[in-house]
Amino acid sequence: MALRIWASSTANALKLSCASKPHLSLSRCFSTVLDGLKYAESHEWVKHEGSVATIGITDHAQDHLGEVVFVELPEPGGSVSKGKGFGAVESVKATSDVNSPISGEIIEVNTKLSEAPGLINKSPYEDGWMIKVKPSSPTELESLMGSKEYTKFCEEEDASH
Amino acid sequence: MNLMRFKGLPILKQLHIEEQLLRTSSENWCIINDGTNDPTIVMGVSGKPAELLEIESVLRDQVPVIRRFTGGGTVIVDPGTIFVTFICNKEAVPDLQPYPRPIMSWSSSLYSKVFQGIGDFHLRENDYVFGNHKFGGNAQSITKTKWIHHTSFLWDFDVRNMAYLKLPKRAPAYRSARGHLDFICRLKDYMSRSTFIDKTVEAARTQFLLRSFELGTIENCSETEFRPSTRFLTNEELEAAAVAGQ
Repeated sequence: MALRIWASSTANALKLSCASKPHLSLSRCFSTVLDGLKYAESHEWVKHEGSVATIGITDHAQDHLGEVVFVELPEPGGSVSKGKGFGAVESVKATSDVNSPISGEIIEVNTKLSEAPGLINKSPYEDGWMIKVKPSSPTELESLMGSKEYTKFCEEEDASH
Repeated sequence: MNLMRFKGLPILKQLHIEEQLLRTSSENWCIINDGTNDPTIVMGVSGKPAELLEIESVLRDQVPVIRRFTGGGTVIVDPGTIFVTFICNKEAVPDLQPYPRPIMSWSSSLYSKVFQGIGDFHLRENDYVFGNHKFGGNAQSITKTKWIHHTSFLWDFDVRNMAYLKLPKRAPAYRSARGHLDFICRLKDYMSRSTFIDKTVEAARTQFLLRSFELGTIENCSETEFRPSTRFLTNEELEAAAVAGQ
């Protein structure tokens, strides 16, 4: 218990966070990347649990976008396609497309984001989730990046600019 | 980079062209529109009319209101406004990360060339200012493969038009609760229209190989049935917004 408390406060100091189940990966740029999730090159994450996949944008993305002031989301019952936009976030002066890492049917959207768009900044992997989807092609998940690969991807992207 | 120049093009038409190019073209574009003929209010994608506009006056005077596809705030544009837009592929500017702040910073470095030695030009939060007076407002939209950064420059403005706009709730800190007329300034006090446009084209030429493009060429080549999201708000929508306070 003491070790976990120490780890948690150290993690807070380093701007890292721990999800209740997944382990955390360290990122040199200090954006949080969680184990157990899959990641797209356009900086969205997917958490696949049973027949439901939850989708949002990563800590790296929210950090680079700035304060989110508005979120545009689709209606439940619609569909998403891998790599295609399903919504947008507005931060400062910019709208930025959010793309779905997988294809499927939208079964739920996070309605809290209409009143509290800042949840995407404060809690990108938990309270800031955007849509829940019933995947139509579960094999699409295999082509996404794991946490280590995504961490390296972010580091290389930041280093090259 | 393709350069398109207009004079007095209606702002809705300009925004439709921009949205179509952002979504369907694989090329880079610079669009300059020297004034727009009819005074028009243009809100950002999430703008709430009741918060941003004096709706009663807007409806009484039948001022058109547009909701555009990019983020950002509300402006009232007219023949004194000069518009400059850059639509770029993500690889167009080397070493530029396609996020709001780097793009904003890149744009200010381009305009620093335009305003070198003139006024005390800089980017203040997300506005172009001389000193602490705003003369240029910016907005962006970022897709998977491209971004657009467009600016409305207040070369001149009609003081009476500012009365249609409320003081926004979300304002930059440097505004310090100043009213419109204490906050903004006119570019005409620093530079002629033609000098500004020529210097902007010259600054763009230092980074891109520019080639002139005619609008008709785009319309003839268009193979996609693209429907822009930018549109006028109807009187009914404005009235409903006034009632609902949104």
